[in-house]
Amino acid sequence: MEANIHFPDPSKVREELIQKYPAKVAKKRAKSIIVNDPQLIPEVQANVRTVPGIITQRGCSYAGCKGVVLGPTRDIVNIVHGPIGCSFYAWLTRRNQTRTESLMDANYIPYCFSTDMQEENVVFGGEKKLKVAIQEAYDLFHPKSIAIFSTCPVGLIGDDVHAASKEMREKFGDCNVFGFSCEGYRGVSQSAGHHIANNGVFKHMVGRDNTPSVGKYKLNLLGEYNIGGDAFEIERIFEKCGITLVASFSGNSTVSQIENAHTADLNVILCHRSINYMGDMMETKYGIPWMKVNFVGAESTAKSLRKIAEYFGDEELKARVEEVIAEEAPRVQAVIDEIMPRTKGKTAMLFVGGSRAHHYQDLFAELGMTTVAAGYEFAHRDDYEGRHVLPSIKIDADSKNIEELKVVADPELYNPRKTEAELEALKEKGLEINGYEGMMKQMTKKSLVVDDLSHYESEKLIEIYKPDIFCAGIKEKYVVQKMGIPLKQLHSYDYGGPYTGFEGAVNFYKDIDRMVNNPVWKLIKAPWEKAGNGAGLSASYVTQ
Amino acid sequence: MLLRHTSKEVKEREGLTINPAKTCQPIGAMYAALGIHGCLPHSHGSQGCCSYHRSTLTRHYKEPVMAATSSFTEGASVFGGQANLLAAIETIFSVYEPDIIAVHSTCLSETIGDDLQQITRKAKDDGKVPEGKYVIFASTPSFIGSHVTGYANMVTGIATQFAVSTGVKKNQHNIIAGWMEPSDMREIKRLSKELGVKIVLFPDTSDVLDAPQTGKHVFYPKGGTTVAELQSAGDSLSSLALGSISAEPAAIALEKSCKVPFETLDIPIGLTATDRFIMALSKVAGVAVPDEITAERGRLVDVMADMEQYLYGKRVALFGDPDQLIPLTEFLLDLNMKPVHIVSGTPGQRFEKQMRQLLDARSPETNFRNGLQADMFLLHQWMKNEPVDLLIGNTYGKYMARDEDVPFIRFGFPILDRIGHSYFPNVGYSGSLRLLEKILNAIMDRQDRDALEEKFELVM
Ligand code: SF4
Ligand code: SF4
Repeated sequence: MEANIHFPDPSKVREELIQKYPAKVAKKRAKSIIVNDPQLIPEVQANVRTVPGIITQRGCSYAGCKGVVLGPTRDIVNIVHGPIGCSFYAWLTRRNQTRTESLMDANYIPYCFSTDMQEENVVFGGEKKLKVAIQEAYDLFHPKSIAIFSTCPVGLIGDDVHAASKEMREKFGDCNVFGFSCEGYRGVSQSAGHHIANNGVFKHMVGRDNTPSVGKYKLNLLGEYNIGGDAFEIERIFEKCGITLVASFSGNSTVSQIENAHTADLNVILCHRSINYMGDMMETKYGIPWMKVNFVGAESTAKSLRKIAEYFGDEELKARVEEVIAEEAPRVQAVIDEIMPRTKGKTAMLFVGGSRAHHYQDLFAELGMTTVAAGYEFAHRDDYEGRHVLPSIKIDADSKNIEELKVVADPELYNPRKTEAELEALKEKGLEINGYEGMMKQMTKKSLVVDDLSHYESEKLIEIYKPDIFCAGIKEKYVVQKMGIPLKQLHSYDYGGPYTGFEGAVNFYKDIDRMVNNPVWKLIKAPWEKAGNGAGLSASYVTQ
Repeated sequence: MLLRHTSKEVKEREGLTINPAKTCQPIGAMYAALGIHGCLPHSHGSQGCCSYHRSTLTRHYKEPVMAATSSFTEGASVFGGQANLLAAIETIFSVYEPDIIAVHSTCLSETIGDDLQQITRKAKDDGKVPEGKYVIFASTPSFIGSHVTGYANMVTGIATQFAVSTGVKKNQHNIIAGWMEPSDMREIKRLSKELGVKIVLFPDTSDVLDAPQTGKHVFYPKGGTTVAELQSAGDSLSSLALGSISAEPAAIALEKSCKVPFETLDIPIGLTATDRFIMALSKVAGVAVPDEITAERGRLVDVMADMEQYLYGKRVALFGDPDQLIPLTEFLLDLNMKPVHIVSGTPGQRFEKQMRQLLDARSPETNFRNGLQADMFLLHQWMKNEPVDLLIGNTYGKYMARDEDVPFIRFGFPILDRIGHSYFPNVGYSGSLRLLEKILNAIMDRQDRDALEEKFELVM
């Protein structure tokens, strides 16, 4: 499909983006800047090192491990082993909401724990201090679990967080202590940390509690972190449909949910990038298939619910899902009808994360807006081109040192939830099991796909395309807005949300309408600045 | 209860810091470097640190915060970061075209043992630094000090690597800004101008981190101390260092390298600290204090006198950074209020001694602790044991304030949930008046909220 929007010649744009770079840098960046063709799906260079000196959106492995995956589980005491900063910056800044049942329930999310490593710990080793810290956390809080996160210096000075964790776990007996080697220099972005987190959660948490979960349609929600209350909305919809959520990885979750997750019958994955490893490992060990879903966008939510109903293959559930959709749809449509005339034909750019730059395109489409350029911050080729490219991805030096767990079927607990034949039948019905199509298939021809967009490239893109809205993160927010273009943060939602499900779609439509049509963008020039050259400026403000 | 696991019983800790009242050195270095015109801060380490520091500064200022990183991967961590830094310098000068790159280290590069002096020299020798451009550096490992000392290290780096003494003195004075907001720096400049003293203020983040909306993103905004000004700092008649922890090290270095004598003062927050600042400035420059400043002072004292009943004996808990806490505590004492708990994560005996001196003289029973495990968790426990009427500190304080139902004033770094600090100063007489207004509003709003119907006052 080719959009009605006038695209600048994309290959020219591409040239312009890399023009200023030193030759070697230009050559490298060129491979990450691709003109899309949804039929052919060209190769995108992704998950490679950022060129030193380039102003990048990316963060580190620790951020992906502690910040993204482990952070949202409320009853783990997360101790960051390292100097103070790493723990400080990850303190409450990701907006993982959580709701305990009572005031008695554990919730450590508002707390920040650190070993506050000092020079002598770097010189003589920090393991002793770490163990003291674990003991103190245990004595103060008696948590179910304590997780240890390694920051950059830890790996270099040779502290063994796993040995320390094991020692303390055995000492306590009633507290599960485990560690993560998620030093910031591992891998090339947050992505490495996701993988490390998946491994650790799988090894140390999943499968510890074999109590059968109750419910007719039992699933786990993977890759949903309850930013701005996203999980609450999904939980509401599941409940309405009669779907049992056994565990969430990891928005609004608890330790015991995750320990019991292997008793569910389906894993649905939202953010493929951050959690696909967990889906694969649980499939291999326990026989639980996974399915990519998307609860961002009203239509996508409806589609995902239908997919879940189809998977369970139960007429009652299918009927209930249709009822729920029919119940929710009118209020969504009412808002679209109201807003669409003001948003239709506008353009958006999305450069963020490892799945949101894809998912949020659905919401913009629902508003009649076109995504002219998009890219991820830390995704891999499969998130762009689809999972079928996995075998052809070269494992480079940076990915090689991230552990691939050897997982085998559990002799007792492996229980394939669907037979081969059943899976085949589902596939025939268009249900992609254990698969993901990627972002590019959904994007228009000639739109631009850029991986690990640099600051410089973003300014150029904005100059050339003048989009009506730009989506990225906090570091980009005010740069773009200084250019007179609203920026929607898709990590923190600008402190709004939820944006999932039906309620979330409505919230998002309203927020986008408010942003792109805000009168402030027309007030930037002072009347006396306009007087000389009125061209292109709002006539309503010109003094008579 | 948000902090439901915080118990009343205080147990000494040795390994675990909970809810720190400090953060790490590099963010301070990054902030200081932004106060130099045409300067791009550069974080020598892996990407995460840079990303976190930029994000935190951006949330605090709601402004673009540009900085680059050496993007270490595992290889660099093993073999050293020299190649990364050299490549970064080359890329930065060709793509982002700064006049200056200000490199600071991180835990990672420090643990590896990268020598920034040697690497930046090599960059120059290899011709990677274009004519008329500069690469400066500061060592900021986060396993030492705090964000405040990181700031001090970069300011020292700026002073020693730019200032030259030509042998001909200039009729000007340096003011070395301790960690303060762009609004505060602007106010320092205004006051100096009122006094008729020519100053070189550095660093200076005004017109950088409070830039106007113009429809254009200016990569290097118009503010910041210029290279020419910084170079001339070596010929200044004297330096005033505002803050013994965040500014004095630069003044000492400048005295050593260029023989510029210095005096250290508190950041002029509150009446008496501002008095000392004005006196010192008028003395070094040999100028009389103009009537307008005396009038500004008078307005502050007037409000202090008129509203004293609402302030007397009010118990305050505060946390934050040394150079701000000392004058703030003094101001609270001048207001006849009672600072009961004070906590700062920034270590250092100098700070401890200064604060103790102030407290011993005027409020010996105050709980005060700084350094390791002097964190917000401890402060909160203290508050549970001896409740207060007001809490002053950075945004993280709002969790304690809500749980304990205590009025709260945002002050310090970072402030992530309100605006104002970039635009309205806390320094000088008028800045202090604004601070006093905030204190009064917090206390009086609470009185209004809690008053019995029959006790609800119209006139206060
Ligand atoms: S690794 Fe060090 S410099 Fe980086 S954020 Fe952590 S404490 Fe700060
Ligand atoms: S949704 Fe985006 S920000 Fe969240 S984990 Fe996935 S990739 Fe990261």
